[in-house]
Amino acid sequence: MSNPAPNEIPHLLVHEEADNVGVVVVEGLTAGTDMLCCITHDNSTFRLTAGADVPIGHKIALKDLKDGDTAIKYGEDIGKIIADIPQGGHVHTQNCKTKRW
Amino acid sequence: MTNFSNMTIMGYRRENGRVGVRNHVLILPVDDISNAACEAVANNVKGTLAIPHAYGRLQFGEDLELHFRTMIGTGANPNVHSVVVIGIEPGWTKRIADGIRETGKEVAEFSIEQNGDFETIRRASWAAKDFVHKATEVQREECSINELWVSTKCGESDTTTGLGSCPTVGNMYDKLLPEGITGFFGETSEITGAEHICQKRAINEEVGARWYKMWKAYQDDVIFAHQTDDLSDSQPTKGNIEGGLTTIEEKALGNLEKIGRTSQFIDILEPAEMPKSGKGLYFMDSSSAAAECVTLMAAGGAVIHTFPTGQGNVVGNPIVPVIKITANPRTVRTMGEHVDVDVSGILRREQTIDEAGDALIEMIRRTANGRNTAAEALGHREFSMTKLYRSA
Repeated sequence: MSNPAPNEIPHLLVHEEADNVGVVVVEGLTAGTDMLCCITHDNSTFRLTAGADVPIGHKIALKDLKDGDTAIKYGEDIGKIIADIPQGGHVHTQNCKTKRW
Repeated sequence: MTNFSNMTIMGYRRENGRVGVRNHVLILPVDDISNAACEAVANNVKGTLAIPHAYGRLQFGEDLELHFRTMIGTGANPNVHSVVVIGIEPGWTKRIADGIRETGKEVAEFSIEQNGDFETIRRASWAAKDFVHKATEVQREECSINELWVSTKCGESDTTTGLGSCPTVGNMYDKLLPEGITGFFGETSEITGAEHICQKRAINEEVGARWYKMWKAYQDDVIFAHQTDDLSDSQPTKGNIEGGLTTIEEKALGNLEKIGRTSQFIDILEPAEMPKSGKGLYFMDSSSAAAECVTLMAAGGAVIHTFPTGQGNVVGNPIVPVIKITANPRTVRTMGEHVDVDVSGILRREQTIDEAGDALIEMIRRTANGRNTAAEALGHREFSMTKLYRSA
């Protein structure tokens, strides 16, 4: 937990504490950015380094994720991880897939 | 927290007691081949609105019933003052006209066979002109906000809809449903991945069980019966994926944010069916395609539609104002002309969901009072009928 600078806008929003992915909410995020991350459920914050250039709206792994893991968002199962993703990495269709079809 | 129980809007009180927020004179074709006559009447008589569409011939069974329900429901909607119905033959034309007449509003019907387009257009234009004179003399009157029927469906969703615009709609429902409004949500295919959560939002186990049966039937009869691949390009859509949504589960969880934290649905509706179980929230079995879903909910009687979007869906409806809400700052920047309520402050942590919900309620009030939405100002009048199977 760190204290954000006054009026600092978060780079990444996380729905629930149990989530292992968060959403980029700024345009033009570049690899290496020291991101302010905010858990919307309780407004708590933490920092994480972006591991890739990730577009607004796309997801970033909050910790190392392994092939076969479950992606958690909203505190719920949103699909399976199908390739290893390092902490800070881009999570999307290339490495995460539905369990439904 | 703001008190909404005394909030009023200036609406149009109809013969059946329902309250509308627009005052359209519709020229309604029964079938595709009557579109030209309807458009000619609307061209002759200013202040009328033709709603051309693609169907109405050689349909049968449940698909035909849905056609009638959609046509009658559209004409019966309280946003409509009166209706001129034109069909190729008198039988189905009368059925639709009589269905709309049950509301008590004025309906004039015309059929083209044995008259031709010229004579039909001439007679229908006289009726339409009479309706315009009457409609333009009707005054708005003060009505409680709880008389509004408000629907929701999101489109071109992305991860910002689940973070911002959908919870904004949910917050609105959590505040206004207890005041006595009637609400609609739906999008059967898009609940997939969160069906276990949606079922629990039914008012009781019996409604939940009926909801699950409806959802499962859709999965089995439509999705699994017709799928050619794993659907990962259709649900989520290309636009959803561009916006960062990866799976149907993720999309569904964001979608369900539209019914807030406390709202429960009291009954399930067939597509285009009008609620009959009193005030409250209803789930309508409906397509997740924007224009189809809004069209079905309008036919069910919704008078205002709240539409969260992420990547920027531009949909409107001929008779129901569609309020666009977005939390995506890029969409606000690049597609601002389509946005009615900008809640991108939620993403910057400058605005709470509670504040955003209040802002949406204020926009609902202004829209009900007559403010044209972005979709209305830009002429978006998408009217898309849902068709269940091939015609005979």
